[in-house]
Amino acid sequence: MEKIKVLVAKPGLDGHDRGAKVVARALRDAGIEVIYTGLHQTPEMIAEAALQEDVNFVALSILSGAHMTIFPRVLDKLREKGIDDIVLTGGGIIPADDMKTLHEMGVGKLFGPGTSLEEIVNYFQETSKKKEVVVS
Amino acid sequence: MKSDNKIEELMEGLFNKDKRALSRIITMVESDKPEYYSILKEIYGHTGKAYRIGITGPPGAGKSTLVNILAKQIKDRGNEVGIVAVDPTSPFTGGALLGDRIRMTGLLKDPHIFMRSMASRGSTGGIARTTTHVADVMDAYGFDVIIIETVGVGQLELDVAGAVDTTVVVLVPEAGSSIQAMKAGLIEIADIFAINKADREGAETLKFELQDALSLMPAIKNKGWDLPVKLTVALDGTGIKELVDTIYTHKTHLEDTDHLNTSRMNQKKVNIIEIMKHRIENQLWLNPELEPTLKRLSNLSMEGKIDPFTAANTFLKSAKVLNVNIDASFLHK
Amino acid sequence: MLTFDKKLDDDKDYQKDKQWKDETRKNCKERRNSFSNLSGMEINPLYSPFDLENTDFERDIGYPGEFPYTRGVHRNLYRGRLWTMRQFSGFASPEETNRRYHYLLKNGQNGLSVAFDMPTLMGYDSDDPISLGEVGRCGVAVDTLADMEVIFKGIPLDKISTSMTINGPAPIFLAMYIAVAQKQGVPIEKIRGTLQNDILKEYIAQKEWIFPPEPSMKLIVDTIEYGMKHTPKWNTVSISGYHIREAGANAVQELAFTLADGFAYVEAAIERGMDVDSFAPRLSFFFNSHNNFFEEIAKFRAARRIWAKRMKEKYGAKDPKSLMLRFHTQTAGCTLTAQQPENNIIRVAYQAMAASLGGTQSLHTNSMDETLSLPTEKAVKISLRTQQVLAHETGVTDTVDPLAGSYYVENLTGRMEEECEKYFTRIEHYGGVIEAIKKGFFQREIAHSAYMQQKKIDKKEDIIVGVNEFVDKDEDIEIQILKIDPHIEEKKVKELKELKSSRDQDVLKEKLDRIKQAAQNDENLMYSILDAVNVYASMGEIVQALKEVYGTYREPVIF
Repeated sequence: MEKIKVLVAKPGLDGHDRGAKVVARALRDAGIEVIYTGLHQTPEMIAEAALQEDVNFVALSILSGAHMTIFPRVLDKLREKGIDDIVLTGGGIIPADDMKTLHEMGVGKLFGPGTSLEEIVNYFQETSKKKEVVVS
Repeated sequence: MKSDNKIEELMEGLFNKDKRALSRIITMVESDKPEYYSILKEIYGHTGKAYRIGITGPPGAGKSTLVNILAKQIKDRGNEVGIVAVDPTSPFTGGALLGDRIRMTGLLKDPHIFMRSMASRGSTGGIARTTTHVADVMDAYGFDVIIIETVGVGQLELDVAGAVDTTVVVLVPEAGSSIQAMKAGLIEIADIFAINKADREGAETLKFELQDALSLMPAIKNKGWDLPVKLTVALDGTGIKELVDTIYTHKTHLEDTDHLNTSRMNQKKVNIIEIMKHRIENQLWLNPELEPTLKRLSNLSMEGKIDPFTAANTFLKSAKVLNVNIDASFLHK
Repeated sequence: MLTFDKKLDDDKDYQKDKQWKDETRKNCKERRNSFSNLSGMEINPLYSPFDLENTDFERDIGYPGEFPYTRGVHRNLYRGRLWTMRQFSGFASPEETNRRYHYLLKNGQNGLSVAFDMPTLMGYDSDDPISLGEVGRCGVAVDTLADMEVIFKGIPLDKISTSMTINGPAPIFLAMYIAVAQKQGVPIEKIRGTLQNDILKEYIAQKEWIFPPEPSMKLIVDTIEYGMKHTPKWNTVSISGYHIREAGANAVQELAFTLADGFAYVEAAIERGMDVDSFAPRLSFFFNSHNNFFEEIAKFRAARRIWAKRMKEKYGAKDPKSLMLRFHTQTAGCTLTAQQPENNIIRVAYQAMAASLGGTQSLHTNSMDETLSLPTEKAVKISLRTQQVLAHETGVTDTVDPLAGSYYVENLTGRMEEECEKYFTRIEHYGGVIEAIKKGFFQREIAHSAYMQQKKIDKKEDIIVGVNEFVDKDEDIEIQILKIDPHIEEKKVKELKELKSSRDQDVLKEKLDRIKQAAQNDENLMYSILDAVNVYASMGEIVQALKEVYGTYREPVIF
């Protein structure tokens, strides 16, 4: 199996990065390569970083309530660059209805407060395995 | 995972300056799998045009910030710039946290700059090989300058120095006291010293200390080049223009004195050795049949029935390490 | 004066104590391997007088309203006046905010608290491209004095106190508030309120920074100095541990880092040449009240003691007001769970009780639904009722510092102080708070603590009811979501653009240039900022002018 690479990004002006950093560390400890972008990323910057780093996942942490603006815009920017095989996922304060709407748009699983690290790590590992099967 | 893209298509994309193809091919080359060696063979004829700069130094020296501003200024002089930022893989988990992008934010909207983070992954030495290969891909894509940034942790910095044309060693004023311990290795690989965060106390002192140390060193590698010590403050750009000028001067110096060829010949040599080492190691460790043999030999050695040297010889023989079939007649032409 | 018992081997009481503890340890099975609080301090099965051998009654505990203020800064605390129930809230537009304030004031509230939106907190105007999608979302968007005039329209600023939660651009907001007062004809020495104005915790935890630390400190000292001369009733800095805790710090870290920040401001103001007693009475604190009940109470008590001792002994403060640590408390947002949200009511109640037993001066209680969205009206009401039940029904307010003398609480208070002193030493080794920030010390400590806390929850070493134990399978969380009208942003941007183009550009440029000049000359910037806001220079324009002199901050890479 090839290395799983995940881009962890904090979009927008919100600086609450506790969740993003805890998840980044948990992924690292699970043998995953994590590229952390830091704060204040625009959708364009996130998509370009995803392209240059050739990651398998883009994971966004959004606590500001701007998820319905940001997720679709990142998705658009990725598609603009011809990227359709990166899974866009993330977490934060995202109501269930919004999660559903975003999922229908093509966003992967989103994680709310109280999710265990194990569940998050499993998601990345299982999803990449599935993708591998589909491809080969 | 991404084997659905035909390699040929990607290669075509690479030569047509498609960044996505570039990015994909880097992933393949980085994975260091033999099935992707064909890529490296094919692009080899397209390499050699880019000038390679290594930036190395201890953690916290501000290398990423420095690379950020260097890349911008080098681009402003009319170049396309590729950056490879290497960080260590956790030896315990195999994972890595790569944070160099946090510093490079200023560059990421610039179409003439491409940045790739890389985890060191394999064993010592391996990183120089994969970095060289990733740089080769960037070279083939058409970058004029490639910057390779590595954290100076042990062997890493020394290895990468063998893969670039100009090595800039970045230090901070606080390094003053530890410089004695470090200087041997560092002076050997450095072409330029940059004392970053030079607005802090101790920068001038470190500069003098370094210059003193340099003047006392035997001319091991200076080849007519007096190692310059530059003061920089990457955060506000102080001294960066001078540093870029110095890199260019070093480049001219290498070209004028034919040292560039010598240096590149050395890079080739290092690369060939690394590839051979890698193949031999693969042959030894990826062959499942050899594991029991090694275990048996260890047991015998433990019991005192065989010494380690004989054990190693026996092992190498059964591993058929030297049994490589190639046409070597070109050697005699 | 009374001191606590010393451990003397020939003392019969000590022998008994020791024997009891040893036997209990040996013979009684316990349901877990060890008991420890959230700061990782081990908790013994029993505390007795012999656990207080390092505590001296007079030196360490004393009386309420007297040095070292461990038992509170007021003689009769809540018997005199209850804590202020100050609920923090934000509304999207200045007009709506103004309507809400009138409603609150009509209903008997006399303190206002302003929550700003993200772009405002970061120093960007509503029409800045980077603000797109975030205008008016987490609070009110304020760009110019015109917005502040609307917010406080019809509200006499000499009659109310206002708390403004803003840090990076704080001096600009103090200036705007002063300008509104002047326009109302209110003498500025009469304005009362609090500016959060605590940039150090932004670098450490919340990450809402603009300039590098040194110029940011200069700006804060400017407001302290200006406040001392012109607005003596204004609290110039609210030194905040709340956000440090929310970012993942434990109780000891919250305590130590917050107090260290406080001392850094004191040192910076003294360095400016101010007398410590001229400004220290106007510094206040803002703490978090988390889950571990006694640990939190000990934290609040230790905070007062450490502050008083250092202010007196190290900084030579003489005015008792300089020695008194007054603080606002908010219950811990990070302890709220999305699962079984009603449970949050219970958590908040215990946390609020800890704050009152710790002697807080004012309190914000969180609403149960805040992990899901901004709170609904009903949830806000319950959280306020929680405070009222606590204040009026439980009787905890009937006597001052009721837990003093508890062997456990006094022992814990002492240990909090000791651990805190260890952190002070480490921070000093780094060369002070700012150097430690630049080297990522706090950020590393907090990130590590946050990660470890999550691991403990994952491994069920710490139980969170409804999350990793007592889970309702197939729980369907139904919650009303507060939606923000997207037209607010469009309207705000349009209005701002109109206002910007209606100004005299030459005058504007002159005022902004004056700010830059003052910054280069290292003058107190409050005066030139006040001049600029009066000609409706926008907050973003003033910030930009300062950025040209000071640059912007970039965080060290820490995980």
